[in-house]
Amino acid sequence: MKLYNGGKIITGLVIFLGIFLAPLAYNAGKAAYSQPKLKLPENEKECVESKEFMRTKHMQLLNEWRDYALRDGQRFYVNSKGKEFEMSLQKTCMKCHTNKAEFCDKCHNDASVTPYCWDCHIQPEGLKK
Amino acid sequence: MNNTRRNFLKFAGLTAAGLCVASAGSVIAAGTGSTIKDGEKALKAKRWGMVIDTKKAGTKEAIDALAKACHSVHNVPDIPGTQNVKWIWAVGFEEAFDQPNNYMDESLEKRQFAVLCNHCSSPSCVRVCPTKATYQRPDGIVAMDYHRCIGCRYCMAACPFGARSFNFMEPRLHLDLANLNKSFPTRMRGVVEKCNFCVDRLADGKIPACVEASQGALVFGDLSDPASEVRKVLREHYTIRRKPALGTEPGVYYII
Ligand code: SF4
Ligand code: SF4
Ligand code: SF4
Repeated sequence: MKLYNGGKIITGLVIFLGIFLAPLAYNAGKAAYSQPKLKLPENEKECVESKEFMRTKHMQLLNEWRDYALRDGQRFYVNSKGKEFEMSLQKTCMKCHTNKAEFCDKCHNDASVTPYCWDCHIQPEGLKK
Repeated sequence: MNNTRRNFLKFAGLTAAGLCVASAGSVIAAGTGSTIKDGEKALKAKRWGMVIDTKKAGTKEAIDALAKACHSVHNVPDIPGTQNVKWIWAVGFEEAFDQPNNYMDESLEKRQFAVLCNHCSSPSCVRVCPTKATYQRPDGIVAMDYHRCIGCRYCMAACPFGARSFNFMEPRLHLDLANLNKSFPTRMRGVVEKCNFCVDRLADGKIPACVEASQGALVFGDLSDPASEVRKVLREHYTIRRKPALGTEPGVYYII
C-alpha cells in the first residue's frame, strides 16, 4: 500500500498532535488542582445537608427551594435530622455564609461558572456603586 | 439486518426513556430524607383582598407615604422620568375608574386614588405570560417568579390597569444601596415587576407594608370569610372596583 502525500500528512499529523497536546505539556510538572480554601461559618458546623451533598447539589436544592417557596407557598425545609430551615437564599444561606467573596466566588471562579443569583439577590457584604 | 436495527432502536428508546425519568426526579426527594412544610406564623386565606378608603387616603402625600413603605420593603427603585418602577401610586378619578364626568363634586375631583395590582380573579396577565413567570396562587395572589421572566412584556400589554412596570435599566443604579432591605432581592434589567400583595410578609405573619403604614385607611383580609374585617368594611360601605366591565374581577375595592 502506498500513502499518497505521505510526507505532508505525517507532518500535518505531528503538528496537529503537537498543538493538541501542548496544554498537557505546558501543565506537566505543575501542582495538581487543589480545592480552594473556603471561609466556613464560625458559629455553625453543619449545613442544611451533608457537605458532600451541598458541594455537588446545592444548585438543584436552591432551584427546588425557589419553586416550593414561590409556587407552593411552602417555605420551610426540615432535613433528615429534623432541623428546620426557611427556604431562602438571603435569609438562611447568607446568614451563615456571610461573605460571598470568601465562599461562593472561590469555587465558582475555579469552576469558571458565573451563576446569576447576584444579579438580583443581595450579597451579605452589601452592594456598592 | 432489519431485525438488529429494530432491536438497536428499541434499546436506544429505552435508554432515552430511562434518562428522562432519571433526570426528572427531585434532589430533595432523592433520598435526603427531608420534608417540606409551611411556616407556623404564616397568614393564610382562601382569597386575599383589599379595601381602600379613599376618604382617608385621598391625597398625593398620603399615598406617597404608602408607596414609600412598600418601595423600601421591596427594594423598588425611584427612577426620574418616564421609566420609573411603581408598585403603588396615586392617580385621579378618571384615570383610576375610566368614568369621565364633567360635573363631578369638587372633593371627588381633587381626590387621589391609590392604585396597585388588583390581584384579579381572572388575571389576563397570567393568561398571556409565556413562561409562567406570572402565576396565580391558590389564595388569589397574582405572584411573580422573576427568575423566569424573559421581559417580553406581554403581561403589561394584557393588564388593563397598568399595574406592571418594566425595568428599562439596571434598577440598582437608582436604589439607595446603603439602605436596602436585605431579606428581599432587587430585580435586574429586563424583567417586569409589580405589587405582590406582600406574599413575603404574609409568610412571616405580617400584614402588607402599605396597610400597616395607612393608619386604618387600607384594610386587608380574606374575602371568602364573611367574618373577616374586609368583608365587614365591604358590608358597611358603598365600594367600587376598577374597570369591572372587563371581567378580570379585581380583588381591590374602593370606598368612595
Ligand atoms: S391588575 Fe393587572 S397585573 Fe394585577 S392581576 Fe390584574 S391583570 Fe394582572
Ligand atoms: S414580561 Fe415576564 S412576566 Fe410578563 S409575560 Fe413576559 S415573561 Fe411573563
Ligand atoms: S400590598 Fe405589599 S406589595 Fe402591594 S402595594 Fe401594598 S406594600 Fe406594596
